[in-house]
Amino acid sequence: MKILNEIKCVFPADSRNEGLARSVVTSFSSQLDPSVNEVGEIKTAVSEAVTNCIVHAYREKKGDIELVARALEGNMLYIKIRDKGCGIEDVKQAMEPLYTSAPEEERTGLGFSVMESFMDKVSVRSKPDKGTSVIMTRKILSDKSDA
Amino acid sequence: MPVIIDTEENTVIAHLSGEVDHHNAGEIRSDIDLAIDRHHPKKLILDFDGVTFMDSSGIGLVMGRYKAVKPFGGCVIIENTGSQIRKVMRLAGLDRLAVIK
Repeated sequence: MKILNEIKCVFPADSRNEGLARSVVTSFSSQLDPSVNEVGEIKTAVSEAVTNCIVHAYREKKGDIELVARALEGNMLYIKIRDKGCGIEDVKQAMEPLYTSAPEEERTGLGFSVMESFMDKVSVRSKPDKGTSVIMTRKILSDKSDA
Repeated sequence: MPVIIDTEENTVIAHLSGEVDHHNAGEIRSDIDLAIDRHHPKKLILDFDGVTFMDSSGIGLVMGRYKAVKPFGGCVIIENTGSQIRKVMRLAGLDRLAVIK
């Protein structure tokens, strides 16, 4: 699909940057004219993916998170969030609702479920010790009746 | 301050504000837990009126506080949630643990 616009930003895996990533995606997606509900859902999905990088991929260690946002033909938003952290041994298990490897930190295991509910498509590529990429897309509808 | 705490007889009311994400959840959690330990409330009211954003970190926060008040028969009541927040709570089935108003 044709890329109409693209940004890339890299920031350290620090929890202060969870809000920054949400703001960046909110600003970028405004060119697709999303409704308030759509922005809320996209922000939530991004927050889950970035939090996963900080909590799981880097386990509070230092590292960088790369965020790519694209506006695609057909009023489609594309978001990629990539880390070079520990990777996921079993992606299928990690994506199961309520599965978490960090229950003691009150992680609920709902991150991927939220991403899948709020975005049209979520795909995860991961290699142990190399890192993980989460790619999410969502078509922004022109109907604003839900706003 | 992401949370302001009021106490009445048998009740702790936590007024949350701002963005409830992984970054802020830790501070909110420890402030509420301090009040729970001190007052052993029968009712814990979480007021989301000032909350502009919440992700699954907020779900963990509510579930954890439910576990904290349960041993002495306490319950959790969630008030003033906006549509984005309600959607995340519904997804997690939080209405089975707490009363969502």
